[in-house]
Amino acid sequence: MSASILGSPLSAGGCSSARCGAATSQTDQLPASLQQRFQDHPCYSEEAHQYFARIHVAVAPACNIQCNYCNRKYDCSNESRPGVVSEVLTPEQAVKKTLIVAAEIPQMSVLGIAGPGDALANPGRTFEVFRELSRRAPDIKLCLSTNGLMLPQYVDEIAAANIDHVTITINCLDPEIGARIYPWIFWNHRRVQGREAAEILIAQQQKGLEMLVARGILVKVNSVMIPGINDEHLKEVSRVVRAKGAFLHNVMPLISEAEHGTHFGLTGQRGPTPEELKNLQDACAGEMSMMRHCRQCRADAVGMLGEDRGSEFSLARIDALQIDEAFEQAARQRRAEVREAIHAELEAKRATRHGGKAEVLSFTPLARGRPVQMAVASSGSGVINQHFGHAREFLIYEASSKGVRFLGTRRAAQYCGGEVECGEHEADNTLARTIAILADCEVILCSRIGIEPWRKLEEAGIRPDTEHAMESIEGSVFAVWRQMLESGRLDVAPFADQMRA
Amino acid sequence: MSLEIIEGCVNCWACLPLCPNEAIIEARPHFLIEPEACTECVEAYATPQCAAICPVEGVIVDSLGVALNPPGSLQPQVA
Ligand code: SF4
Ligand code: SF4
Repeated sequence: MSASILGSPLSAGGCSSARCGAATSQTDQLPASLQQRFQDHPCYSEEAHQYFARIHVAVAPACNIQCNYCNRKYDCSNESRPGVVSEVLTPEQAVKKTLIVAAEIPQMSVLGIAGPGDALANPGRTFEVFRELSRRAPDIKLCLSTNGLMLPQYVDEIAAANIDHVTITINCLDPEIGARIYPWIFWNHRRVQGREAAEILIAQQQKGLEMLVARGILVKVNSVMIPGINDEHLKEVSRVVRAKGAFLHNVMPLISEAEHGTHFGLTGQRGPTPEELKNLQDACAGEMSMMRHCRQCRADAVGMLGEDRGSEFSLARIDALQIDEAFEQAARQRRAEVREAIHAELEAKRATRHGGKAEVLSFTPLARGRPVQMAVASSGSGVINQHFGHAREFLIYEASSKGVRFLGTRRAAQYCGGEVECGEHEADNTLARTIAILADCEVILCSRIGIEPWRKLEEAGIRPDTEHAMESIEGSVFAVWRQMLESGRLDVAPFADQMRA
Repeated sequence: MSLEIIEGCVNCWACLPLCPNEAIIEARPHFLIEPEACTECVEAYATPQCAAICPVEGVIVDSLGVALNPPGSLQPQVA
């Protein structure tokens, strides 16, 4: 890595290490053929997720295994936040909903089936939707998520349905560990419990992964980080699945609130702290990038990542609308236009990132200065454009002499378990919890913020900054860091460390 | 001869596609088994399929009211 990229907040060009990239360009490190396949995928490309949208349809309600972090009253927790219930659609309803959403949100580029149970425990329903959509909306990419138990059996059907992304949730390779995560599976018409269950599940997952890779289907692996059970082990999982050809390994935190009634929730198994999660994600991030912007969206999510417009497309509305061939044709046309416009914009951005600009600041010696974590409130398009109080989640960045790095997202307190459970908390309480969530950040960048939150955040050592409203995120994060460096503020330890001392 | 789904069923759907006789109905407040259609799977499988996948203890019972998945039977065997 040359010093010349340091000065340019948008630059990551020329660097082949996964560890130093600027935030928008983690997928720059992937082979060109893969980049091509990702570039419209909001869940895999950090760039695309600002522009393109996805829809999940809840057609697959049944599940064939039990996870200790799941309560079957609710949707699958691998694919959704715990405590969420999706309305189950028939395959016909799901197809119609997708076509309508893709007409009204022309940025729609991906359809996923991820539950609310397991896509492959409902093969008839799942494949009916895929078949119908690949015929009527061939421009939309199809993906599915599964626990992997039935994967080997359906690999050929997956290939035939033109599905290019499959996500497998793999939490372990060791059946001893597996037995502490999965109490039972349904296999060959009977229930199998304990270690034997874990052995079967693990073998099926690994076999399915290998078969998909052999057929050229992209495989992402999700893992749930369960402190004390599989946290250390996930480093091994990461190494093995990537060696077998998974293109991404995404580590998600266990969420185990007692009120969700999961086994882990009821037995006091805790989830990881943001710091533990980040450390593990760092340890697992090898040559290929981790998907830090994953939001664990719900099985019926609609829209851009981080937003859910599902309520605009209620079943009653979908059923009432009539659609015909002309409607579908017009929608395809519109999507093609929108996609072209977005590509042009992304192209221009990439050109800036890889090109010229870098030298301008190349003489600035920036080797000193400790890294600083900052939180950003943004509703998309790569700019700081959200009011602190409206943010449902914060993007977390780290700025250092190496440039700017995207670390992940954190849900704002008000949105913690979905609107259903915690819409009623009083403002103070919510603010205190948001501050706790952002405790390791030194700056919060937003477009606006109220006086009260401003004061409380400052007291907690998190400096609100609204100077960069409507400016690019990476550029602003880096500018703020440089300002901190120049004013000598990086010579003192972060507030959080001072408090601890 | 038939099984019954009783209160406590969480409507998770797992049993419905497995029934060889399509005896399970997506009903509310909870799913139901059509008694005339249910054979307890005797000819088709070694064990009643709905009870083999149901994630909730005690909600599928036989004609004597005995739970096929009694309390504790679905709990993790390892801590
Ligand atoms: S016992 Fe068998 S036949 Fe009866 S409802 Fe259950 S799955 Fe169907
Ligand atoms: S599997 Fe059990 S809980 Fe689920 S729907 Fe059937 S009876 Fe109800």
